[in-house]
Amino acid sequence: MFSAADMFQKFQEQRGNAIVIPTGTCGRHWRDYSQNESRDVNLGGAMGHTTSASLGLALGLPNEKICLFDSEGSLLMNMGIIATIAGKKPKNFVHFLMDNECYATTGGQPVPNASEINYAGMAKEAGYASTYHFDNLEEFADNIEAIMKATGPVFVSMKMVPEVENEPIGMRKRIPQRSRPETIAALQKELNITAP
Amino acid sequence: MVQQQAAILQPETLIEEFKQNGVTHVVTIPDSETNYLYELMKEQPWLEIVPASREGETFAISLGLLVGGKTPVCLIQNTGMLESGDSIRGMALDSGFPLVMVVGYRGWNRHGVITDSVARYTEPFLNAMRINYYLVESNEDGPRISEAFKEAKATKRPVAILVGDEYHGFNRV
Repeated sequence: MFSAADMFQKFQEQRGNAIVIPTGTCGRHWRDYSQNESRDVNLGGAMGHTTSASLGLALGLPNEKICLFDSEGSLLMNMGIIATIAGKKPKNFVHFLMDNECYATTGGQPVPNASEINYAGMAKEAGYASTYHFDNLEEFADNIEAIMKATGPVFVSMKMVPEVENEPIGMRKRIPQRSRPETIAALQKELNITAP
Repeated sequence: MVQQQAAILQPETLIEEFKQNGVTHVVTIPDSETNYLYELMKEQPWLEIVPASREGETFAISLGLLVGGKTPVCLIQNTGMLESGDSIRGMALDSGFPLVMVVGYRGWNRHGVITDSVARYTEPFLNAMRINYYLVESNEDGPRISEAFKEAKATKRPVAILVGDEYHGFNRV
């Protein structure tokens, strides 16, 4: 396992102009490394459907690289999406999976079959153009440049150190972050997209 | 005695309305009644079909397309709409984008007794989500589809089209 913060630091070096969708507890670290906030977008969440919304964004913006940082608890709720993504074959889509083997935000309970499930294997058999699996930072760092140049859809499974939160939601320290409408408006302005 | 043909809804009407309203993508899961409409959509060079694995995906994929400046519609059956509840909430209602959802009204009929429970729950579900809807049963109802697009755009909310004549509306005649 390796830390999400270290992973994002390495990713930032190869990010280029990619549009980034960070999610989950691990995804919060991205704001510490992003150097292009107008291309970071919050698509909201609904039982695993951030993955679906990211596919829609990749289909809607075929000339932009779209990088989703998904989490395994979310993907498990909506596993059919890997077939949907593989079927549409978005060449511009990189699907990173931050797998900490648990529901970190609810106290660290394990996800089903947490340590034995092979997400990269599932994505490969579903039909992604290429898949990777990393459990250490060094291998990830060695491959991230090639991943960002590869033709999508690419699936990158990463074993992340869990950052478990046990306090009730109402007692947790809230870190100010941009709302979904703010991030979407900024992205559309950056890309000269007129809202319908 | 002159025989009158019963008023029906043809798939071509749906396609024409999609075109008039600038639809770029149809995000869909086929059901038993939609195959001809599906074939017809595939023939349209201006239209991209996005097949989903489960209906909840269609609302989220549509959100991504909307953010990218496209004009999608969701094409699903009422059974799948019930499955999609939280996706409709989080990805459509809460997102502030206009979206037309075309929903096959399985089990509905105007003159008989409704025995299929999904038809009984369809309109209460939409009312609970505060989603306005238009019933489309025949070609004469086609302009209601444009009304739905107009309303969605004006309110930045999802608006539903309930296809009440699923068999004809989605099939060859």
